[in-house]
Amino acid sequence: MAIRRGRGVAAINYPTGMNLGGDPTQALVHSTPTGNFMVTLSSVDLGQGMKQIMAQICAETIGVPTDRVVVDTADTDTGPHCMGTFASRGTHRAGNAVIQAAREARQVMLEVAAEELEVNASDLETDGQGNILVKGAPQKSISIFDVALSAHFKRGRSISGRGMFLIPRSYPEKETGAMKPSTCYAHACTVAEVEVDDETGEVTVLTVKNVFEIGRALNPKMVEQQLVGGSWMGISHALYETTEPYYPNRDHGGTDFNQYLMPGPGDLAETEIIVLERPSADGPYGAKGPGEMCANPQIPAVANAVFDAVGVRIDTLPITPERILRALKAQAPN
Amino acid sequence: MELRKSYFADQRKDDLHEIGQPRPRSDSPGHVTGKTAYFADRNFPGMLHLKMVRSPHHHARIRSIDTSEAEKHPGVVKVLTAKDVPHNVYTILILIQIGPEDETVLADGKVRWKGEAVVAVLAETERAAQEAAARVKVDYEVLPAVFDMDEALKPGAPIVNEYHGRNYYLYDSGECRKVRFGDVEAGFTGADHVLEQTYQSSPIEHAPTETTGCIVAPEGNGRFTCYTNTQAMFFTLDNASIILQMPGNKLHFVGGTVGGGFGGKVDVIVEPIAILGAKTTGRPVCFIYSREEEMQISSPRAAEKVVIKDGVMNDGRIVARKVTGYTDAGAYSRHSPYGAQKGAGHYPGPYTIPNVWIDTYCVYTNRTPSSAMRGFGVTIGDFALEVQMDKLARLIGMDPLEFRFINAYRDGDIKAHRQPTEGAALIECMQEASRAANWPVAEKFMAMSSYAKGV
Repeated sequence: MAIRRGRGVAAINYPTGMNLGGDPTQALVHSTPTGNFMVTLSSVDLGQGMKQIMAQICAETIGVPTDRVVVDTADTDTGPHCMGTFASRGTHRAGNAVIQAAREARQVMLEVAAEELEVNASDLETDGQGNILVKGAPQKSISIFDVALSAHFKRGRSISGRGMFLIPRSYPEKETGAMKPSTCYAHACTVAEVEVDDETGEVTVLTVKNVFEIGRALNPKMVEQQLVGGSWMGISHALYETTEPYYPNRDHGGTDFNQYLMPGPGDLAETEIIVLERPSADGPYGAKGPGEMCANPQIPAVANAVFDAVGVRIDTLPITPERILRALKAQAPN
Repeated sequence: MELRKSYFADQRKDDLHEIGQPRPRSDSPGHVTGKTAYFADRNFPGMLHLKMVRSPHHHARIRSIDTSEAEKHPGVVKVLTAKDVPHNVYTILILIQIGPEDETVLADGKVRWKGEAVVAVLAETERAAQEAAARVKVDYEVLPAVFDMDEALKPGAPIVNEYHGRNYYLYDSGECRKVRFGDVEAGFTGADHVLEQTYQSSPIEHAPTETTGCIVAPEGNGRFTCYTNTQAMFFTLDNASIILQMPGNKLHFVGGTVGGGFGGKVDVIVEPIAILGAKTTGRPVCFIYSREEEMQISSPRAAEKVVIKDGVMNDGRIVARKVTGYTDAGAYSRHSPYGAQKGAGHYPGPYTIPNVWIDTYCVYTNRTPSSAMRGFGVTIGDFALEVQMDKLARLIGMDPLEFRFINAYRDGDIKAHRQPTEGAALIECMQEASRAANWPVAEKFMAMSSYAKGV
């Protein structure tokens, strides 16, 4: 009886957005008289940080600092249509809609600034700090605050924009299955290292090294929070979770966080995250949706590492100590 | 976390101001100081609490329902049964033309899974609603139940869901979604080795911090405001509109920050019945799942079974792959026909294989209805595919990582569903994993690229 060590690898891809398309999201952007910008959506922030990312996308597109943008979400009276936050679609679909709306608003903003500065709008640029400058003559400038005041009270313009993003629906061909499930895919490769106690069947995940390719890390800190959390969820899925441990007997299903097993702080693997960026052609600033993908590769990587450690295949999830011990017993010479 | 900018540098301009910056989240301070408001932080004068009477049986006919004792219970204001729901039989994906309607808001004549909602009780307090729910008498005639997909698909198995009339979802392509590419049987015949293996999984729970729920307030202008933690505002509004036969302009849905979804809050379960309660009583109604309901009643990830048969050559090339995937929808469709179909679009994984045959089934059993969850239609498939890849590599005596390089898809490769690959990056992820994990592979693999061959 011994503690045995093993490692396993898995490599995967994952589609961004609702499969086969047909999932629209719209956005509205407008300026207030103080030169701040409102983004209005009916999309939902699930705690993953959608509001922050939409603010950064809007700010980048208009050319203002992120703290000049306020995002309103999840109201069907004020927010234009969104299919919802699922299918790794939030950043990709809503982000594209926000870019389109912000571009339209930016154009009006530059036109008003052009009238104030008596130049052509095409000769203007933003400095990213809240000012509009004449290209090549930065001493000639106007603040976005003053542009907003002018638009509202002098020029009678609405600095606003409408955005819409839709991947048209693809219908699978009946006989061949020819179809277009997605326009872009995120990628991952995970190497997991485990220890398996061949006396108790217990698995300890020592390290997980995750490489994720996500198009573009729009906010690296938020990417990290999502990828680390996903990696934990994948390990939990591989080794711990079931709502029906003795199905079809339903008596032992977990009904709270004491009974429903998940890894706690003491069970955390040393987690390494490496991010690659291959911008997607239709992503907002190249972003893909990594929200679901990041919890997948750990499961087979851990399963393969368990085999590498003790030489038994557990092909049914979760990989419990009981299943490992039964497999070891079945494999042992009589 | 490390960003490795050396990969794909030629495809990316790093000239942005706000994008790519690790800005602190503006909502974080609110989350960690308890100031963020969630839907359940609202309290309305006169608010009623809704509790469900649930089926104790996996499959049973309802002979009769007696709510008289419950109605007399102190604090009870209203008891709702199937006949009170204007359009009681619904299905969520009818909005994108994926029918038939196959699920009851409140059970009508039959229950098809243990935990199914039968009667809704509305009372002044949670406790009164709970006590009154226990006083509802339902007379059941227990029917034979189908507990797994193999049993369900056998001829003569009890029919789980009469709205389908068979224990699988009927696609326009027949009993399953199909992908056919090349000649898979010829591929097996010409292969050095053929390996067929079966993989299975248990349902799991989304386990969000905040349980599913909503609060509905009747407004003075005849509208209803529904404060909810749904992941999809209009999806839920539109379904509620159908179920309640109420014009959409009477409904106003308000969300906000949600305490975790993971796919568990895209079903439309709590909102329609809570709105109906508010409409019939004229009072605000609160319907929030207990932790037990969240874990045992709300849809889990489906149990799945995946059978993979591969033909592989001694030099490492996979020449044929046949995948048969089964998704256990439980008693009702919810999002499962979509999930099973998504699997068909995902197999055979990120590998270029000349001969592919895929069948994915959505199967009905008397199990808790499953639905969307993070990785929907793909997670269990990836488990199966990637364990199978490990087995194949060992079968031919090849390093598992090098084996994946040989088969990895690249730009321009035609996938089984007949789309050219674009934006591939599997090879680069594996190269970086090789370095990070100190898992060396041959130099020719480290020199590979996802860019189209010859470019």
